Amino acid sequence: MNLTLKIWRQKNANDKGKMVDYPISDVSPDMSFLEMLDVLNESLVQKNEEPVAFDHDCREGICGMCSLYINGEAHGPDRGITTCQLHMRMFKDGDTITIEPFRATAFPVIKDLVVDRSAFDRIQHAGGFISVNTSGNTIDANAIPINKHDADESFEAAMCIGCGACVASCKNSSAMLFVGAKVSQFALLPQGQVEATDRVLNMVKQMDEEGFGNCTNTGACEVECPKGISLENIARMNREYLKASLKG
Amino acid sequence: MALDSKIPKGPLADKWTNHKNNINLVNPANKRLIDVIVVGTGLAGGSAAATLAELGYNVKAFCFQDSPRRAHSIAAQGGINAAKNYQGDGDSTYRLFYDTVKGGDYRSREANVYRLAEVSANIIDQCVAQGVPFAREYGGLLDNRSFGGVLVSRTFYAAGQTGQQLLLGAYSALNRQIGRGKVKMYNRHEMLDVVIVDGKARGIITRNLVTGEIERHSAHAVVLGTGGYGNVFFLSTNAMGSNVTAAWKAHKRGAYFANPCYTQIHPTCIPVSGDHQSKLTLMSESLRNDGRIWVPKHKKDVEAIRAGKLRPTQIAEEDRDYYLERRYPAFGNLVPRDVASRAAKERCDAGYGVNATGEAVYLDFAAAFMRYGKEVAHVRGLDENDDALVKKLGQEVVKTKYGNLFQMYEKIVDQNPYETPMMIYPAVHYTMGGVWVDYNLQTTVPGLYCIGEANFSDHGANRLGASALMQGLADGYFVLPYTIGDYLADDIRTGPIATDTPEFDEAEKSVRKNIEHLINNNGTHSVDHFHKRLGKIMWNKCGMARNAEDLKSAINEIAELRAEFWKDVRVPGTNDEFNEELAKALRVADFLELGELFAKDALLREESAGGHFREEYQTPEGEAMRRKEFQFVSAWEYKGEPKDAVLHKEDLVYENIEVKERSYK
Ligand SMILES: Cc1cc2nc3c(=O)[nH]c(=O)nc-3n(C[C@H](O)[C@H](O)[C@H](O)COP(=O)(O)OP(=O)(O)OC[C@H]3O[C@@H](n4cnc5c(N)ncnc54)[C@H](O)[C@@H]3O)c2cc1C
Ligand code: SF4
Ligand code: FES
Repeated sequence: MNLTLKIWRQKNANDKGKMVDYPISDVSPDMSFLEMLDVLNESLVQKNEEPVAFDHDCREGICGMCSLYINGEAHGPDRGITTCQLHMRMFKDGDTITIEPFRATAFPVIKDLVVDRSAFDRIQHAGGFISVNTSGNTIDANAIPINKHDADESFEAAMCIGCGACVASCKNSSAMLFVGAKVSQFALLPQGQVEATDRVLNMVKQMDEEGFGNCTNTGACEVECPKGISLENIARMNREYLKASLKG
Repeated sequence: MALDSKIPKGPLADKWTNHKNNINLVNPANKRLIDVIVVGTGLAGGSAAATLAELGYNVKAFCFQDSPRRAHSIAAQGGINAAKNYQGDGDSTYRLFYDTVKGGDYRSREANVYRLAEVSANIIDQCVAQGVPFAREYGGLLDNRSFGGVLVSRTFYAAGQTGQQLLLGAYSALNRQIGRGKVKMYNRHEMLDVVIVDGKARGIITRNLVTGEIERHSAHAVVLGTGGYGNVFFLSTNAMGSNVTAAWKAHKRGAYFANPCYTQIHPTCIPVSGDHQSKLTLMSESLRNDGRIWVPKHKKDVEAIRAGKLRPTQIAEEDRDYYLERRYPAFGNLVPRDVASRAAKERCDAGYGVNATGEAVYLDFAAAFMRYGKEVAHVRGLDENDDALVKKLGQEVVKTKYGNLFQMYEKIVDQNPYETPMMIYPAVHYTMGGVWVDYNLQTTVPGLYCIGEANFSDHGANRLGASALMQGLADGYFVLPYTIGDYLADDIRTGPIATDTPEFDEAEKSVRKNIEHLINNNGTHSVDHFHKRLGKIMWNKCGMARNAEDLKSAINEIAELRAEFWKDVRVPGTNDEFNEELAKALRVADFLELGELFAKDALLREESAGGHFREEYQTPEGEAMRRKEFQFVSAWEYKGEPKDAVLHKEDLVYENIEVKERSYK
């Protein structure tokens, strides 16, 4: 395949940045999208130009490090996958592909396609945990049976990889899906009940301070989420928040 | 220096308890006066940093990704072992210990493995208390699955994302401490050297990957939990950034490096598809619970398949060779990884590989669909003889167990594994070798500790499935936080460690020198070019089967490649910015040294054990031939060039287990 790539280039956080065109030829449909960018970068290095910076690590859809806004969609055109799992067989010979960073006020660009998502970490510092010490002096794991349905639902919420596609896809740059998933994971388990009130209040407070927008229920986040995190998690967080506010 | 493994005296089952009762402690008020650096936030580093902070130490933690949650532990799929005996199938601490030592082909340290088995049950309690959503049965209790090389079901799991859930558990504990100000977290920082002051590890030099700034960090002790070095092969199931740099720099500063040649080649990975390949993807070993491995019995079928004229589903049962079930009736598809990998290679070398490259075998779920489907049909009172219905019901069961793996496979290979068998081939996956540590997880440098995959400690020559997660969390939550206190007890009056000393100057200077060389080199080839060439040498000459001649030539070729790298590599951009090529160059420079030591170690080891298979040492049936003379850990001391490393032997003594020919027949 021969393609034209339109890629966002930005030297650093202070640079204004612009789209730059790169033709690329002989792309195999079996390549992953990031392998295609590897090929581009190899050729840029050969020409003594700076390669395109992008985040990635596991390249198997689990670490949440890769991002990229491809042809107007977070993680590109395929569904239920991350950018590193996107394969070139999704594109046709002659296509033009635009590649931009995940954009949001709370995710400033570091360089080219690399953004700073540390706001997500700070939301977790505010309450994304159960306060048990790691001494191992806890009760036997099977002392608290947990309804399989709840356990499975909690697991589904916990599958969030913290990639930020939900934020990038939302016209308000809301982080509700991400935060809702974490709140839900604990809300669905008996272990999470003790601190439920503080957890949701603190996490939401931090989310607001980081400059994420409000949720207006457009549902774009759910569509682009590579892990199928459902809007139900936002609803659950809202219920938890309401409950906590009434108590608080 | 003579190696002292510091194994406590007394009966095996009492060693750890006695040791804990006798080592020095630091009182809570004094812990506030002590700083500890933890490099790495995977299961090992993340759990250690959280626990040390909880105990009261001031912790600085480092990782090269943008968040601690992205350490490669996140990618572990199948599960974590623990001797809970919830299934009542006869499991016990001793049995887990026994399986692990045997699985490691009698090349691990008894006392360490026993301790690991002992604390394993605690890990599950801890994780459940933290809210880790393990898989459960309908009664609400925890579910288990079985893994290769054992006869009990002791593996806890969360679908195919066990590592993710465990890491997020450790990350949550870490977050709690970051929130309390007890851990200072440095993301996107790469450690490039250890600083030794008066013979003790007192700090590290890092590069801020965003700004390029070279920084000095001091502490009273340094803990490395920096993962494995499988990427020395270029292609592996490790993440792109996984590296040996921290461990290697520690080695160059005096830490012995143990058993570098013990590498695990995992039998079930997605085969290589072309030259553009950047990494390989694992299909969890748990799939071997339900999948059957086979190749066609007849060459004509193999050829028809390769030519696209025949589909695997069209091959009749009697024309298939389920070679693991044939060769190893007792364990069948659940033989340990080294055995399964070599058996796949044997069939493919004999010409039975089922894809265009001839390097793939089938992993087939058809029988499992029917087996599970019948069970469900029976329970729900549906027609058990309706094959289509049964298959569909069975597929649903398999989907809940391994859905994400099937999806991953389909996205990469573009074939639906519910309809046609998966194709798999062995790939580099895990490194049992690593920094040598004593029973306290301390390296040969006082104050420098090493935990998780980065050390050599518990898996001998072959790691059993679901035991790396166990080791990482055991080290980080339950072992290191105690043993490090014994060392730090002497440091309560030391006060903060200064960074404006000649030792820090020297370390920073050597880091800067390398960076400047690379940036100004202006050679002709990219970093990847060299990394790929190194990987080819490693795979062809230090891979699944090794021999003296190949290993000798590998040592020379790697040394030559390294010289060429330093002369001819091209690193664009500058130091004082985000520069991925520079970060990669620094990692590959270290792989180019490690590779040589790896080959040297493999050459020395004139036996076959676990993942290390020397063609000269095999039984008439082609199984690994261990040799009593090699019942030792090879610990290498750095002396300039990797090939000049000096060998120190730690003899392995087995008092509680009979060393036998490992048989899975
Ligand atoms: C695909 C896959 C599946 C697996 N499945 C299983 C399984 O089912 N069960 C099982 O028991 N085991 C499994 N394993 C093995 C297991 O996951 C790993 O051995 C284990 O998670 C390693 O944990 P760790 O904490 O030692 O290292 P890692 O999780 O790799 O963490 C390394 C940390 O060190 C940091 N780091 C590295 N170098 C530097 C540096 N120079 N400077 C700063 N920071 C640095 C990284 O940022 C990271 O935080 C699997 C492995 C893979 C690859
Ligand atoms: S909710 Fe989905 S899109 Fe958002 S961070 Fe989590 S995995 Fe990514
Ligand atoms: S690189 Fe890890 S999810 Fe894409």
